[in-house]
Amino acid sequence: MTKKGFQISIQGSDKIMTCREDESLLSGLARYGQKEVPAGCRQGGCGVCKIRVLKGKFETGKMSIKHVSAMEKDMNFTLACKTFPKSDMVITVNIKGDRKWQ
Amino acid sequence: MAISGVLRPGFVQIRVLDMAEAIIHYRDRIGLEMVGTEADGRVYLKAYDEFDRHSIILRECEEAGLDMMAFKVSSEACLDEYEEKLRGQGFEVTAIAAGEQPGVGRRISFMAPTGHRFDLYVDMELSDNGPMTNNPDVSQLDPRGMKALRFDHCLLYGGDIDGTKKVFEDILGFSTSEVVVDDDTGMIIALFLTSSNKAHDLALVRHEEDGKLHHVSFLVEDWTSLRDAADIMTRYDISRDIGPTRHGITRGQTIYFFDPSGNRNEVFSGGYAYYPDNPLRVWQASSVGKAIFYYERELNDRFMTVVT
Repeated sequence: MTKKGFQISIQGSDKIMTCREDESLLSGLARYGQKEVPAGCRQGGCGVCKIRVLKGKFETGKMSIKHVSAMEKDMNFTLACKTFPKSDMVITVNIKGDRKWQ
Repeated sequence: MAISGVLRPGFVQIRVLDMAEAIIHYRDRIGLEMVGTEADGRVYLKAYDEFDRHSIILRECEEAGLDMMAFKVSSEACLDEYEEKLRGQGFEVTAIAAGEQPGVGRRISFMAPTGHRFDLYVDMELSDNGPMTNNPDVSQLDPRGMKALRFDHCLLYGGDIDGTKKVFEDILGFSTSEVVVDDDTGMIIALFLTSSNKAHDLALVRHEEDGKLHHVSFLVEDWTSLRDAADIMTRYDISRDIGPTRHGITRGQTIYFFDPSGNRNEVFSGGYAYYPDNPLRVWQASSVGKAIFYYERELNDRFMTVVT
């Protein structure tokens, strides 16, 4: 059975990418060869793929609190490698990964 | 030269986000033996070719990374000497009582200029599951997973690598086997330290943030073992960074991959034998690609940026 797919877009880009609900956002986006969200450890530890979700529902796996604090989590900051879409989503990208939003 | 003073990397304590996933990774995939779980939740493991009780300690935490790396020292007299010299150089030295880790004698602990904690100790109990000593077979237990023989070394990232180099050379008796230097200024960007006959026991890379872990390395027997390890990585969908390939530095063969918390691991084989009279090997930064990944001849994006 085909798993449900959601449409993902990066703010400022017209490109629509499809991500299945049983895969991480990072894995889904990787199929499109996109470079906006870099892949690091892919395990929630290094923080390189940090993004902010502007629209849409998602669930997360365990992530290092150094890269996504409790307050940031409340503000929908997350790591793409540990983010699993539950609806269509619009995200924005932190290229440097380790930079804190002000 | 007979090896005395600091003998080798003894153990490393790694922070993991999820203990159950970490145990599957280190025990079943890398192939370490479970030694035990203590009341504080720390999990102790060892590789099958190590005599001592444990070499890898996992501590569950909300932040991945390295708690400390420890080196085994040949005598109490050496340990006392290191303590005195460290204090003499202005380092704060903490005494850790025997038994803080099961089976381990007293330790001394200090924070290096790169923000990494290092422990030194003399005594650790022998394992019942270590290599055989009487008409020994090649292994007592059947090797599992990637068949890691031993915990081999760490690569750590931090700011003042010159300062940490000085501590390891001047106080702890290490030698530098290789360096990567800036072509124009000669500033050291990466350095490889050995206390033994190995090409490296500790490596350091200059980085904007202190106290970071690049990788914890496990020795495997040969190039074929790396192929088998790579098969396991694909079969179990382990996050792989790069390899199998070879390092120009040390000439070791390698695969970099990540544990389920994002801490980088390495399986490593080969590398030249080092002697303290060997001249320093120097790489210019303009050749750093070949120095790190000899076949690719260029760094991947992750080498300089992905650490825990």
